[in-house]
Amino acid sequence: MGKTVKRVNNRTLASIALVGAFAATLTACGADATTSATTGASNDASTEAAADLSGNLAGAGATSVEKAMGGWIAKFGEVAPDVTVSYEGVGSGGGREQFLAGGVQFAGSDSALTAEEAAAAVDRCFGGEAIELPLYISPIAVVYNLPGVDAEHLNMSPATIAKIFSGQITTWNDPAIAAENEGVTLPALAIVPVNRSDESGTTKNFTDYLAKASEGAWTYEASGDWPISGTQSGNGTSGLIDTVSGAEGAIGYADASRAGDLGTVALKVGDEYVPFSTEAAAKVVDASPRADDATDKRLVVKLDRTTTEAGAYPLVLISYSIACSAYDDAADAANVKAFLSYVASPEGQELASDAKVAGSAPISDSLRTEVQAAIDSITVQG
Amino acid sequence: MAVLSPAKTKQNSEDEPAVKRSKGGLVGRLFHGLSAAAGLTILLTLAAVAGFLVLRAWPALTASPAELQEISWFRADSLLAYVGPLIFGTLLASVIALLVAVPLSVGIALFISHYAPRRLAQGLGYIIDLLAAIPSVVYGLWGALWLAPALNPIFEWMTSALGFIPLFAGYQPPAKNILTASIVLGVMILPIITAVAREVFLQTPRLHEEAALALGATRWEMVRMAVLPFGRSGLISASMLGLGRALGETMAVLMILSPGFLYSFFLLKPGQHQSIAANIAAKFPEASGLSVSALIATGLALFVITLAVNMFARWIISRRSEFSGAN
Amino acid sequence: MTTLPLTPTPAVPTGPGRGAASGTSGRTRLQRWVPWAVAGGSVVVAFLVLLVAATPTVASVVALAAVTYLVVLTVVSRVVEGPRWATDRLATTLVTFAFGIALIPLISLLWTVVSKGAKVFGPTFLNTNMVGVFGDMTEGGVYHAIVGTVLVTAAAAVISVPIGILTAIYLVEYGRGPMAKGITFLVDVMTGIPSIVAGLFAFSLFTLIFGPAYRAGIMGAVALSVLMTPVVIRSVEEMLRLVPNELREAAYALGVPKWLTIIKVVLRTAIAGIVTGVMLAVARVIGETAPLLLTVGIITKVNWDLFDGRMTTLPVYAYNQYSQGGAGVDRAWAAALTLILIVMLLNVVARLISKFFSPKASR
Repeated sequence: MGKTVKRVNNRTLASIALVGAFAATLTACGADATTSATTGASNDASTEAAADLSGNLAGAGATSVEKAMGGWIAKFGEVAPDVTVSYEGVGSGGGREQFLAGGVQFAGSDSALTAEEAAAAVDRCFGGEAIELPLYISPIAVVYNLPGVDAEHLNMSPATIAKIFSGQITTWNDPAIAAENEGVTLPALAIVPVNRSDESGTTKNFTDYLAKASEGAWTYEASGDWPISGTQSGNGTSGLIDTVSGAEGAIGYADASRAGDLGTVALKVGDEYVPFSTEAAAKVVDASPRADDATDKRLVVKLDRTTTEAGAYPLVLISYSIACSAYDDAADAANVKAFLSYVASPEGQELASDAKVAGSAPISDSLRTEVQAAIDSITVQG
Repeated sequence: MAVLSPAKTKQNSEDEPAVKRSKGGLVGRLFHGLSAAAGLTILLTLAAVAGFLVLRAWPALTASPAELQEISWFRADSLLAYVGPLIFGTLLASVIALLVAVPLSVGIALFISHYAPRRLAQGLGYIIDLLAAIPSVVYGLWGALWLAPALNPIFEWMTSALGFIPLFAGYQPPAKNILTASIVLGVMILPIITAVAREVFLQTPRLHEEAALALGATRWEMVRMAVLPFGRSGLISASMLGLGRALGETMAVLMILSPGFLYSFFLLKPGQHQSIAANIAAKFPEASGLSVSALIATGLALFVITLAVNMFARWIISRRSEFSGAN
Repeated sequence: MTTLPLTPTPAVPTGPGRGAASGTSGRTRLQRWVPWAVAGGSVVVAFLVLLVAATPTVASVVALAAVTYLVVLTVVSRVVEGPRWATDRLATTLVTFAFGIALIPLISLLWTVVSKGAKVFGPTFLNTNMVGVFGDMTEGGVYHAIVGTVLVTAAAAVISVPIGILTAIYLVEYGRGPMAKGITFLVDVMTGIPSIVAGLFAFSLFTLIFGPAYRAGIMGAVALSVLMTPVVIRSVEEMLRLVPNELREAAYALGVPKWLTIIKVVLRTAIAGIVTGVMLAVARVIGETAPLLLTVGIITKVNWDLFDGRMTTLPVYAYNQYSQGGAGVDRAWAAALTLILIVMLLNVVARLISKFFSPKASR
């Protein structure tokens, strides 16, 4: 008996030592993927000032901007190494909720604040108001899996797309598709429409486009949740792309940067067919009017899905960066200002427009002037 | 991985020391109290789980249908009408998973307990246990990227050859239907059922087995006459345990199934079914306010279902211990 | 039981023992080599048939050969040996096939994870976090996720192990009457709580107390401990019951009070089994995704504080990286590989502890 007890003691000691060693190993190592060597580019005055900033800057919201945000945070870290910026992809609704509750300093949202939320923002913003900036414009591609078709893009009008997704056109060699694609041999393959199974801003913008531009072929309202049941679907962009890739003849819609090897549709705008591109996406934003309740701080765009502007691609998603016009903390105000200024700057927009980062559309110079004016209005209250 | 406690019968009478002893002073009473308090925390935890779920679900439970329909994904007349197809989908997926897993598990358990060479048996048991060690995300990835393409030709054949049976009609590639999801669920619960079935089969009284063999029975006849009847109720409770797991599995279903909200028996059609757990995981990230409550309310329904399944399983086990006859 | 008449079979007077394969008189038995010959023949036939009808693949040949083997062997056996032995052979074949079928998912799973995970897996992958990784950068790793997983799981263990052991002690050493029965029942019910419900519970509990935006590692730990506690109780209970009563009685006879007996004798004897049980319980919860997705979230850098802010855990990291697509998919597979390796390591350690240190009475 005594012997057993002794052995137990030794063993206990050994296991404690083991756990301790393991913990020590964990704490000892671990490195950042990139060492933030302060590389050049800090030759203008504003970035020099940014280097003096410090503190935590927390953001939360839409998952659509997550990839671009990753790039922005990484590069902003080189300019202002003492500011810890974080962004949590909790969803647009969650982001707005956290922002209004004061949990984060800024939010990302695929839709603008509602009237009630804008009113609630006055309290949160210490008497100021919410600033909404369209800093992330992302083209949505209609993707298809037809390895046998060698055309660069298939041409489709919004009405054709609406009929495909609502199940009225069921084969690829349907006359409606063939009429728009002369000279392309279309296979006699069944069409498998694929949608997102989760609620998403991409779905909301896609259905909004169909509802407004399809001339009545699409009978549902714009909604973040797919309105038709009994369809193939995928969870998230990855799930959707995997599903489309998994079956020949499948068609879906996704963030254009994720289209990969899949074919993409050129949309009918006016009398011509426009394939997606960052320039075409930026163009539609400039051609669109502002929303009725937009101010010079809330730059909410009412996307013109039926635009006839040459070379514009109306199927885009805008993700707003939402911040306050007033903060009670000087550091918060300075950090938000510096970070959003970087995001709006040509470098920031250029970074995100890289297809390898997020493939978004850079905002135009005229929009940047307005955005910068709104950012400059951020003040410290009390 | 013993999930059940088999043979609970031998305890009580033995543990009691022959002579009644005093409670053993203050420390003794303290220790007794401490261990009893730990036991009570189990009760408290369960009560808390139920309580907090009800509390957070309350806004949705009391909301009017009009308020609920403000939620973009809420397309039903009432909360009950919304959760109904979800319950149906959850049960359907789990039952098919059981139909896949139970016969296989019985086969594997018999193979390990009565057919495989003695020296190999334990090692083979570990190999099956390995399946339990694989995280559910990996099952999801595997199901969506490996199994679905592998099942595609089989399903195409099924719908063309057996399509006249409504069950198999209307297959549409890729194989993101309830059958694929259920097969993955079946693989996931296989190790649990196998582990319990193996234990139960190994407990078959040797005398029964040898008596059967001495009477000239073949090995299969021995298994049928001695092992299976002895293990039947243990097997049922093992299946219930597996069912409980399958009911609550989230990630695999989320990543494999094309969801839909219908009462439908088309096993190969996409967009017909959805499970409660996967629906919560899919909707939760974008949810806020009342929609969170509505999702928690569906979670509450899942809790009640699993509770019922488990109570049923316990009831069967308690019946078994009454007339097990062995030992 | 009554389906088969228990009449002795005069056809096999030698009385076939377990595994006896050759009867001598009366009906003849098949020679030992026959099943193997049938198996070989089936594969050849299946290959040839498929060669003529379609292109043979490994899967289709194996499937067709299996069916052929099943049918041919049963028929041959029925003709030569009679229906009873044919049924026996059929059953043996089916049972063996069942095991073989179970190996298909296991092997393909492990193969997929290892082959896809090996691309970026390595010391650097284990030793870096995701700070500054964006776009198609192939850098970045799981260091922060390993830290998160270890912290959250360890916290879950800290909560559930004491409760689990004390409850098991109560059930084995003290528990009598309705309360013990009730707790046993509740523990069984608790085993069945779906992981997502546990996650919702932790989410509801903490957001009610700390506000809707609160996220921390401890939330995940609470959710996991709800799943873990019943598993710990079950295994510890079994281990305590294995402790021979003679040890307890010897201690009592020496005048040792009950609580001291439990600590010094019962627990000490069962410690190896308890450690094994705890490790297996940890292995059970370490791969949970859904509850952590709801509560702990994800960030790019290491967070050592369990009580404040999001943490990254391996399963959530794998899911998130898969969702990001591109270079993230490779990282997702590598993270899955890391997770499986950790779980296997825990299992191996648990088995070793149980093999070398468990009291002799248990086997």
